[in-house]
Amino acid sequence: MPHKTFFWFFFPSGLAMLLFIGLPIISSFFQSLHIENEQILMEVENCDVFGCKTEVRVDLDATKKIEEENPLGRFNGFGTYSDRNHLAFDEINDAWKVSSSYNEFFDIVLNLPFYKALLFTITFCFTVTPPVIVLGFIVALSINTISKSIKGPTIFGTILPMIVTPLIGSLVLFWMIDAKGILGATIQNIFEDPNLSLKSSSELTWITLIIYGIWHNTPFAFVVFYAALQTVPLDPLEAAIIDGASRYQRVRYIVIPHLYPVATFIMLICLMDNFRVFEPIIGFKAEGAAQSLSWLIYSDLRNESIMLFGSAGATSMLTIIGVGLLLTPVLIRTWKEFKTER
Amino acid sequence: MKNIFYALLFSLVSTGIFAAGPCNVSGGKINILANEFTTYRIFMDEVKKCAGSEADFNVTHSVDHNKLQVAALSANPAEFSAKLVTNGSITTLMNDGLIRPLDDLVGKYGGDLINDNQKITIDGKIYAVAFMANAQHLWYRESILNELGIAVPSTYEEVIEASKKIQASGKMANPYGAAFQAGWNLGQEFVNMYLGHGGEFFKAGSAELNINNDQGIATLNMLKRLTEVANPDFLTQDTNAVKEEWESGNLALMHIWNSGAASILDDEGDQMIKADTRLAPSPSVAGGSKPATTLWWDGFGIATNTSDEEAEASFRALLGAATSTEMANNNPNATIWLIKGYSPGDTAGPVVDAANRGATPYPSLPHMSLLHGALSTEIVEFLQGNESAQKALDDVEAAYIAKAEEQGFL
Repeated sequence: MPHKTFFWFFFPSGLAMLLFIGLPIISSFFQSLHIENEQILMEVENCDVFGCKTEVRVDLDATKKIEEENPLGRFNGFGTYSDRNHLAFDEINDAWKVSSSYNEFFDIVLNLPFYKALLFTITFCFTVTPPVIVLGFIVALSINTISKSIKGPTIFGTILPMIVTPLIGSLVLFWMIDAKGILGATIQNIFEDPNLSLKSSSELTWITLIIYGIWHNTPFAFVVFYAALQTVPLDPLEAAIIDGASRYQRVRYIVIPHLYPVATFIMLICLMDNFRVFEPIIGFKAEGAAQSLSWLIYSDLRNESIMLFGSAGATSMLTIIGVGLLLTPVLIRTWKEFKTER
Repeated sequence: MKNIFYALLFSLVSTGIFAAGPCNVSGGKINILANEFTTYRIFMDEVKKCAGSEADFNVTHSVDHNKLQVAALSANPAEFSAKLVTNGSITTLMNDGLIRPLDDLVGKYGGDLINDNQKITIDGKIYAVAFMANAQHLWYRESILNELGIAVPSTYEEVIEASKKIQASGKMANPYGAAFQAGWNLGQEFVNMYLGHGGEFFKAGSAELNINNDQGIATLNMLKRLTEVANPDFLTQDTNAVKEEWESGNLALMHIWNSGAASILDDEGDQMIKADTRLAPSPSVAGGSKPATTLWWDGFGIATNTSDEEAEASFRALLGAATSTEMANNNPNATIWLIKGYSPGDTAGPVVDAANRGATPYPSLPHMSLLHGALSTEIVEFLQGNESAQKALDDVEAAYIAKAEEQGFL
């Protein structure tokens, strides 16, 4: 394709991306460099149902005046990034000084909100993505071989977890794993422990979320693999059959190499998606046991009704950097392949 | 203060003035954001009736109302023309000037329809009109306590002792329930218990935190002991989940909102459990005299960023309900109405008792919600047994300081 044609072809989506993705990112970045103006407090007499008393209030007029002079708030540079609720440089430094062993050091660091969330996010990312690819591939292979008459309904059933809205899907599972739900009660029966509850400990909550993640993401991998399977050339397959290759050998030496680039694509998308894990945490009410980076952003914007825009902006930027770091190896690899193919 | 409250409740009974009220709003747009529980539903039905059929009436019930309100009312024009507020949620709206003074409207339509204590006055101006009072208190199953010979607990130490006895009898595995869900609910449990220990959240007149002390530690330890006799899923249970546990017969003691009576004591569900349910005063703790609970009022405020016509229509409809003696007396047990001519029902006792024993209203401070937010996430690990109480308080303090600095309070 000539460069000019490509440019005009790409232009509309490029423009949309700039407007709806690029500009908001830039705006969040600016927001993250600022903190709110100083709040002027004053003591006033307040009366309510339970009586009158003198209490502190925000002086609206004075605060508004500062706000008008300085609508973005006070410039704070990267102060928000380095504070305790984000990268926490000072706290890590202190932790290094006071801790006598690596274990103790990591205990302190992983107790900081950002690192706690990062640990879960990365764990989720790397435990969900590989099974999704493997399962998606197996499901695609199996469905590819079943008879045409039941293929349609089977495909529909298989992609159901993806069709169901994440929040609804996780809520349904949340009720099922309740101690009185069908899954929760069954698990209690199997382990003969009436007090076993998947919601009560951090470890079990993590495992539940990860299983949910695999359940929810597998259909995506399946759909892409299934489409790619239709493009596997028949000639080499037939040749292999004539040569007496077993089904396993055909899959191993013809199908898998053919699907390799597709697997890379699925991995990229899955890593990116899973790095932003959010809905299941809300659906499973797992805030206590598992927090992700996206959940931190949500919590900053919904911190019991006061919105911390600077904090949320900083976490967003760090998430973008995180996604970037995560994808770099894959992108470098793809780029190299692209170069050699030319 | 306590006497005022007590006296008022009963003076309401004696005042017998019923006027037609400001209802029959002809047209206009009314769009209200409100929390989700049965009493609010009853109230909103009345507001709708009052608004009449010609008004364009909408109400959004959401348990996340606190999280939505600032964004929704900051827009101009605001997403909602009115918001049901409490002494907890009004402060963040006040911080940004998102609700308007109501003196004119109260003067025009209120007259002698509203009690003086319904007017929420801040620095001399009325910003909200209250219609009900609420508090968390103890609930118990009479037959179970009687059978095991347990007296109704009046302190949290007794609550734990009673729960252990019930556990030991094999009747229930986890007899105690309270809303410990990580988030706002858990923060609220800390607030109650800390006030019960006689603590102060901030150094007087400033936004500097004052919870990292012996009372804070004692509060956390008491919460931990309570969670040990509660359902192991306690970190996922909000008030509505605890109510369900109660209605399924899994609990013998719980500490939840007085307004829960509206759904627990209604005609749905297991009537045997309903007949066995009793309300008791909120327990005190650690030898204190104050009950470990907070007093709340619920009222309505009108958005600043809405047109005067919408504001007036909304105000009239809401005021109609907030002065409806008929609604109050038809639902005497739904809550404690502050409405003229209301005779308190059987369920009002524990709230009146809390007020009389000097329970503190939830602090209406501009920076309180930052502390509440910090509490709601940072004490979780302590309750899971993963860190010490001291560490949890240090974490709350550090999280609060970072947030308060960013928000310009420190």
